[in-house]
Amino acid sequence: MSLLLFIEQTLNGLQFGVMLFLMAAGLTLVFGVMGLINLAHGSLYMIGAFAAAAVAGATGSFLLALVASFVCAAFAGVLIEFFVIRRLYDRDHLDQVLATFALILILSEATRWVFGSFPLFLDKPDWLSGTVMLPFGIEYSLYRLAIIVVGLVVAAGLFWMISKTRIGIRIRAGENDREMIGALGVNISLLYTFVFALGAALAGLAGALVGAIQSVQVGMGEPVLILAFVVIVIGGIGSIKGALIGAILVGLTDTLGRSLLPSFFGLFLEPSSAMSLGASLSSMSIYLLMIGVLLFRPKGLFGGV
Amino acid sequence: MRKETILNAALLFGLLAFPLWAWVADEPFLITLTTRAIVFAIAGVGLNFALGFGGLVSLGHAAFFGLGGYVMGVLAFHAQTYTSVMDWPFVISGTKSMPIIWLVTLILSAILAVGIGALSLRTSGVYFIMITLAFAQMLFYFTISWSTYGGEDGLSIYVRNGFPGLNTMDPIQFYAICYVILLMVLAFVFALSRSSFGLALGASRQNEDRIQAVGQVPFRLYLTAFAISGAITGLSGALFADLNRFVSPTMFSWQTSGEIMVFVILGGVGRVFGPVAGAVLFIVLEHTLGGLSEFWHIYLGAILLGVVLFARGGLYGMITGREVAHE
Repeated sequence: MSLLLFIEQTLNGLQFGVMLFLMAAGLTLVFGVMGLINLAHGSLYMIGAFAAAAVAGATGSFLLALVASFVCAAFAGVLIEFFVIRRLYDRDHLDQVLATFALILILSEATRWVFGSFPLFLDKPDWLSGTVMLPFGIEYSLYRLAIIVVGLVVAAGLFWMISKTRIGIRIRAGENDREMIGALGVNISLLYTFVFALGAALAGLAGALVGAIQSVQVGMGEPVLILAFVVIVIGGIGSIKGALIGAILVGLTDTLGRSLLPSFFGLFLEPSSAMSLGASLSSMSIYLLMIGVLLFRPKGLFGGV
Repeated sequence: MRKETILNAALLFGLLAFPLWAWVADEPFLITLTTRAIVFAIAGVGLNFALGFGGLVSLGHAAFFGLGGYVMGVLAFHAQTYTSVMDWPFVISGTKSMPIIWLVTLILSAILAVGIGALSLRTSGVYFIMITLAFAQMLFYFTISWSTYGGEDGLSIYVRNGFPGLNTMDPIQFYAICYVILLMVLAFVFALSRSSFGLALGASRQNEDRIQAVGQVPFRLYLTAFAISGAITGLSGALFADLNRFVSPTMFSWQTSGEIMVFVILGGVGRVFGPVAGAVLFIVLEHTLGGLSEFWHIYLGAILLGVVLFARGGLYGMITGREVAHE
């Protein structure tokens, strides 16, 4: 494999990782602050993608579509939190898993009811299509580069919010001791709704951004949700830093595994068996990575307590 | 008699009477539908042993369900193509015999469960849920890319596997096989839950420190429970594959794990017969709601949400009016 292709695949891995971070950040925040495991996070990703596709179809504006994905997913998040999730905070994880599984059924089927079973298409805007020349003569898709930039900007904003702002201080305090910050006069239920809506909005944004590369369809959220689970298990549940590093690790492992493993086995196996062995091993690679991390750090890379 | 015992007896009687009625009335579809419920019930009983008795919230039991399916699929595939499963270091040929398939399934599922359990039980709580889910997902993607056995398209087996002395293609005879297996599994789990192992497992779920203080090792108890649980769910997977004469990676999918968990919850966690009631209820809902609307998952989701939020303890909890202690 040539060096150029390797760099391109690395960038693809980075783009995938950045997307996973947008998903994983919400999951890990919701778990860290509220102690809730939310399987329906993938549905919020789907809602964001559908909202974007619908708005882009109606107005033709990609920026409006992104705003719509963010707002719709946040709004759906607020509704879900208010009517369902709120009742689950003091339940055990089993109840949370089941209730959010039920939410997936409802949301997926409702989306199918509204939009039908056929995939929708969300087009990249003209001003982001085509390629861009990077240093050293690397040609790369402008849209994917934009996703990396957006993701890194969101990550930086999230770190700034968590570490510097008042709401961030409350979120961190909530992770440490929720009774105490309640006693200090912070409106806990408002804080919880905010955190849930923030996570939902990030998931919706991720759905819209990815929706322009892939098709927008019912059930698109769950595979990403499971990858996001792997990310936060690797990074340590509750840690934003862990989510970022875990997401990029998973993104790179998956993308590079897919492109490198088949050619690696091709060095000493016949082409057809090298392809199939490489394909099966690379589809398992991120789970093997997770097992490896857990053998040495059962609480993930940055999971302190 | 306790209400729960009456309910158990009614359930077993109903599962005997209904297919017999369908047989007399010549409704083979209803027999097959009930067989589905029985097979799902076995899967649920398996998960319930880890979940209800051991408190291990596994969202990855599709791994065992799918493994059972693929054991049946691979063995029967080689038998129908007259090839061997492997030639080196020793020859393993395919088979169309149900008892052999079940035995292989039980052994392999238990081994897989020990492997997954040994790694997953290093963690607990949410990590455990996610890791078991990830293991099942890993096998899902593995079978998708495993082109020898059909990859994404799955494997069709043309003739149902045989059982000595029975015609398994006859719905009512295949139903009888599944029903007897369910009875045996229920008896086994019931005996196990009353045994010293079962009591230690329950105690460990409630208070690990105390069980350690009396000299038991919680990890060993959980791992044993997980292996037994995986083996039972694996067996149900082999039966499910034989029922459909088809296996595909869908059996490994996370939705399958979720559904097995739904059987347990709808019926009632931690009760030996709970998953049987849950699986029957699930099939009834699927059949009636599926007839009402194409979008029946909305109603299923709403009912499930209602059960989780307002009717803790499932069907058994609602009818017998008390919840089994679990945490």
